[in-house]
Amino acid sequence: MSLEVRDVSVRFGGVAALAGVSFDVEPGGITSLIGPNGAGKTTAFNVITGFQPPTSGRVCWAGTPITGRRPCRIAALGLVRTFQKTSVFSTLTVGENVLTGLHLRGRTGLLAALLGRRRVSEEERTLREEARAVLATVGLDARRDDLAGDLSFGEQRLVELAVALAARPKLLLLDEPASGMALSEKAAVATLVRRICDGGVTVLLVEHDMRLVMGISDRVLVLNHGRLIADGAPAAVQRDPEVIRAYLGAVHAAA
Amino acid sequence: MKRVVGVVLVVVAGTAPFWVWNAYHLHTLIMAGIFSILAMSLNLLLGYTGQLSLGHAAFFGIGAYTSALLTLKLEWSPWVGLLVAILLPALAGFVIGRLALKLRGAYFVLLTISFAGVVSLVSVNWMALTQGPLGLPGIPPVELTLPGLGAVSLRSKGAYYYLVLGAVVLAYGVCRRLVHSRLGRALVALRENEPLAESVGVDGTHYLVLATIVSAGMAGAGGGLYAHYTRFVSPEVFLFTYTVTMVIMVVAGGKGTLAGPVVGAVIFTVVPEALRAFASWQWQMLLYGILLIATLFFMPRGIVPELADGWADHWRPRPRTP
Repeated sequence: MSLEVRDVSVRFGGVAALAGVSFDVEPGGITSLIGPNGAGKTTAFNVITGFQPPTSGRVCWAGTPITGRRPCRIAALGLVRTFQKTSVFSTLTVGENVLTGLHLRGRTGLLAALLGRRRVSEEERTLREEARAVLATVGLDARRDDLAGDLSFGEQRLVELAVALAARPKLLLLDEPASGMALSEKAAVATLVRRICDGGVTVLLVEHDMRLVMGISDRVLVLNHGRLIADGAPAAVQRDPEVIRAYLGAVHAAA
Repeated sequence: MKRVVGVVLVVVAGTAPFWVWNAYHLHTLIMAGIFSILAMSLNLLLGYTGQLSLGHAAFFGIGAYTSALLTLKLEWSPWVGLLVAILLPALAGFVIGRLALKLRGAYFVLLTISFAGVVSLVSVNWMALTQGPLGLPGIPPVELTLPGLGAVSLRSKGAYYYLVLGAVVLAYGVCRRLVHSRLGRALVALRENEPLAESVGVDGTHYLVLATIVSAGMAGAGGGLYAHYTRFVSPEVFLFTYTVTMVIMVVAGGKGTLAGPVVGAVIFTVVPEALRAFASWQWQMLLYGILLIATLFFMPRGIVPELADGWADHWRPRPRTP
């Protein structure tokens, strides 16, 4: 199942956050989306996951257009994202956070819940086991009864990742998963993302840390002023003169 | 310890008519029960989805009028009346929920207020159906057909107390099951962080509509019970005061907790009545206000969560995690 982004534009008044961006993401591998601040990376994520309707253009998943669908419907298709600003259910425990991430795995409806069938408690037990398994993956099992809001910044980012993983993504869109983390934490996140990818989840990553991006990505897309300016293997993109200009600007050009 | 408190509560609530001799005191308890149902109903929205319905008296009133009209005009059994008193408000809840598709916060509040306003006007002006401000007197009491005993009227306060108590337990059970299920988690997730909830597939509109349906049905049940208890309904059931009272009960008791609305309902029904005994009405309102402000000042999260935490700290004192 592949993602197709075709001629997507997003305008906020006179500002074009995205100006006709097209790219595909084939199944498997880690694709990074990089670019200077304001290049349109997060807007691209918002369009793909239904949080921002594009002004024009379309997004297809596995051949079906998904533009204009609501975020929860897109999530149900297996496109799950995290957010740039740390976003957890802070008054809930870590375990409850992950259980919420498992929402789509449950079937219990209103009647079943009210009648309290045995099936419901069995489902609940299965979900709790799954939640623990997911927490073990990100290494937070010991903290499952703590309030998510009480965790350190780095741990909260792991909770976010766990919540997204619980939703069983086919394509996982990570918006700066390592921002604000210490060096050692970043390395751990990189290993984790690689492991998630090896487990069969396609990863689309927005990240500012170039060392992390270049070390982990199979392919790098570069956005600048809402346009795609480069697309290729990390090493090739790093040498691309237009990418260098976009990042370092006139200073480098003058040097 | 929690279990002991539970057992004491069950015994006290279950035997009240046997030691509460004063009919007026029993009346206060019955009203506390009806308000418990209303507060639990409002709490499903305010406490768990975070949406404030300031038109909740509308569902209560529709329930009261539905059961009253069906039993008076069509001479249906009050039991069927009570059932329809749940279903019709639930349907209204569905419509409100759908209209509120994209409305959150202040817009939801305004929508519910307008809805209550419209329904109240209908009750005053549709003379042929509701007799307007004259109200509907002579609503039949609930009768219970017991095997071997024939029909027993629940006209006495003691018997009606048990009917209301049963309804309170049922409503509590509904809230408990709902809140502790996958659906309750979805509601809380939407309250806490709607974009994050949507991003993992929680359908915000769906669950908001669902919560409104259940909440409205529950408020309707309270209305039906009220109608067959006072045996008179008038457009007063739509008064804004009812809604405000429900909000006070939920917020003071502890919104987003199961026991909070019940505790709030009992306290804020019993206290005003108790004040009547030794204060003129001006002082009653003043003391009521002071009590409310003091509660919210010293226990901002509500009585139940604050007491529960205080209790936990008392029994196992531990340093707060940094």
